[in-house]
Amino acid sequence: MTVLDGARERWVRTGGVELCVAELGDPHRPTVVLVHGYPDSKEVWSEVATRLADRFHVVLYDVRGHGRSTAPSPLRGGFTLDKLTDDFLAVADAVSPGRPVHLVGHDWGSVQSWEFVTVKRTEGRIASFTSMSGPSLDHFGHWINRRLRRPTPRRVGQLLGQGAKSWYVYLLHTPVLPELAWRGPLGKRWPGILRRIEKVPGGDYPTPSLPSDAAHGAWLYRDNVRPRLRRPRDDAYAHAPVQLITPLGDAFLSERLYDELELWAPRLTRRTLPAKHWVPRTRPDRLADWITEFVTAVDAGRPEAAASGKYADRFGGQLVLVTGAGNGIGRATAFAFAEAGARVVAVDRDAEAAARTAELSRLIGAPAAWAETVDVSDEQAMEKLADKVAAEYGVVDVLVNNAGIGMSGSFFDTTPEDWKKVLDVNLWGVIHGCRLFGRQMAERGQGGHIVNTASAAAFQPSRALPAYSTSKAAVLMLSECLRAELAGQEIGVTAVCPGLVNTNITSTAHFAGVDADEEIRRQRRTARLYGLRNYPPEKVANAVLEAVVRNRAVVPVTPEARGAHLLSRFVPGALRRLARVKPPL
Amino acid sequence: MTTAVASGAGAEFRTQLRGFRQVQRLAYECAEAVAARLEPGVTEREAARMQREWLRERGVRDWFHLPFAWFGDRTAFTDFRVPLQFFPTGRRLEPGMPFILDMAPVYGGFTADIGYSGSLGPNPVQRRLMADLEAHRALILREVRERRPLREIYEDVDRLMVRQGYANRHRAYPFGVIAHKVDRVRERRFSPRLFGFGTQSLKGLASDALHGHREGWSPLWSPYRFSDHPPRPGLWAVEPHLGFRGTGAKFEEVLVVTDSADPEQSAFWLDDDLPHVRHWAEEK
Repeated sequence: MTVLDGARERWVRTGGVELCVAELGDPHRPTVVLVHGYPDSKEVWSEVATRLADRFHVVLYDVRGHGRSTAPSPLRGGFTLDKLTDDFLAVADAVSPGRPVHLVGHDWGSVQSWEFVTVKRTEGRIASFTSMSGPSLDHFGHWINRRLRRPTPRRVGQLLGQGAKSWYVYLLHTPVLPELAWRGPLGKRWPGILRRIEKVPGGDYPTPSLPSDAAHGAWLYRDNVRPRLRRPRDDAYAHAPVQLITPLGDAFLSERLYDELELWAPRLTRRTLPAKHWVPRTRPDRLADWITEFVTAVDAGRPEAAASGKYADRFGGQLVLVTGAGNGIGRATAFAFAEAGARVVAVDRDAEAAARTAELSRLIGAPAAWAETVDVSDEQAMEKLADKVAAEYGVVDVLVNNAGIGMSGSFFDTTPEDWKKVLDVNLWGVIHGCRLFGRQMAERGQGGHIVNTASAAAFQPSRALPAYSTSKAAVLMLSECLRAELAGQEIGVTAVCPGLVNTNITSTAHFAGVDADEEIRRQRRTARLYGLRNYPPEKVANAVLEAVVRNRAVVPVTPEARGAHLLSRFVPGALRRLARVKPPL
Repeated sequence: MTTAVASGAGAEFRTQLRGFRQVQRLAYECAEAVAARLEPGVTEREAARMQREWLRERGVRDWFHLPFAWFGDRTAFTDFRVPLQFFPTGRRLEPGMPFILDMAPVYGGFTADIGYSGSLGPNPVQRRLMADLEAHRALILREVRERRPLREIYEDVDRLMVRQGYANRHRAYPFGVIAHKVDRVRERRFSPRLFGFGTQSLKGLASDALHGHREGWSPLWSPYRFSDHPPRPGLWAVEPHLGFRGTGAKFEEVLVVTDSADPEQSAFWLDDDLPHVRHWAEEK
């Protein structure tokens, strides 16, 4: 066995089969039982299990008929949920006698775990349940019935949508053919299909037992799906806290399936993940984090997540780095992520301001927040920061390259030093951020997102802001190019174009070609104008979070930015005429 | 109308200050008494009525404005668009929720206008906001003594708030005022109210506004050009209001401004023995 290094193995005999059980970690720690899906064996969990092993007693087993566990004979009727529950109880009693276990299931492992966590005889044996990509068949049955009984257009749409995603379930109900396919060509091609379509990294997964796993596993569907969907149990209430992790790109399960789940699992924590079906292979870091957090919280007696923000399901526990987080849009963005439960690294060249952002972030829901004092235009400082963040806090999940400075004045008044200054911060700062943190993200291979703060000035030319607009237009194009390059690695890139927002960029902006007094006067005057416009940075922060959730490419925020964006596409001539207007300063 | 407290000397001046101090203390006592009676499920309307009744029982007959009560994210004036939203609603208090009580009773012809922030049980954000208000109290006093134009002081308070990471929520008040003048009010048996504001006090404010308009000052301390003048002698009810993501906190108390040449005497807080000031002292 190569994929589970250091695992201790034992065999558990139950109901005429022998189950292969592997254990990692200290048996005195809380026990986490990982249940695999179809067509898989316990090795699907290898990446997650090794990450959990330092903190927990991790137990994996091959479901009957899969991996190295033996298959029941005859196969028909040997895979009912009742018998699978017997297996689970036998394993739980063997590995954690007298202490309830924390259950984690993926795909069919989650389907059967829902049965475990909702039947009477397991009460007191399960401390918590983390479900991914596998609904309870009973809940599913009720979900269908509710939609058939009152078929509004939306509900019919949901039914048809899930009906189409379940095509493979119908195929698996045909006799013999699935077995032939799996033992023949499909079994051979499957690893390639997983890599190409599901983006599952290669290596020693899937294991050589795949054809027989898949052939036997077909009976999971045949023994359970029809009877349960026809007569779902009415008492399928979860008796333990449940954490539901929903991959948003799942080709087999609609997220709508879980709309009414609170009815069945009152102590429910929701998590969403932009990923496809095989999350234990593609997102092991994220899963290990969420499982650890949930299990620890349940053991400490507080199963509900602390964060209250709108996107807490998505950003809870993620690592977010924001540059220019000492004020304005950067600070508001850090706060919005903090409210969603993210861990925040607040970077700013002003140490005191960054510390303040980190401190307040912790107050409003960030489980951890750190301040880092770095000038983004300083290449070496940024490299040092990237090394430190990777070593101490982990790989960044969301990077917000926000730091920027303002620069106004005619082209001929703008000196080469002015140009260098504005490009160093506004463009090179973004380049360094993308280069260093983007590389870490890409190398980890578990997705992520980069947000670059461009500006409405990126598509709205102006005689007053030649240098600033040039730097921001470059950021916009850089974001677009990077988005194309990183799309294959499931890393999204967004350019946010705020517009006129009430931040102190106006009072720190440099006005080229005027003396110091005049500069101060103009700074005050623009600050007042922006204050009158009074578009709050908090709204930009909300737009940033939404852009990450929806993976948008270009996001103009204020109405004037949106208007300019539209004009730039359809009536660019109007913008050019507007660009000639001298702003009243 | 009685004349404004203008001169920083004289026995009459001191008697008048005693009157103002007395009613301000009464109002803060009321706030503490009502805050102690708040419990989960109490609505804003009930809290406002509790303040009104407490003060009526102690002889208050007229108001600069009727008591307000804001709970939860209404303490930060989230999504306030029209002034009617300031009036108390049926919002119920829940454990951990921040609240603000704001009242302006007139007693014996003297006006107070106070704001009292708290939370039902521990609320770390509210606690932090209250602690950070201390810097604003010091900043305002210092700059008023320097005779800086009110509009600039307003902007400095704004900058301090931004540096602290908060939003300026007094901007949501009518005219965006951080403070307004209060004065003596003639006691009448009949004192009707207009949108919660006592007509006698409104009359005083209007006459001040008229005089001020002629002389180039305003009884409203706002971010606008009409506040671009040095502090005007008189009594100013100052109310910096911080907001942070759905939690708001403020204090409101009277700042006495005189035309004295001595900086110490040119401006001072009417009373330093107030709940928030005592709390800051205890924290140290």
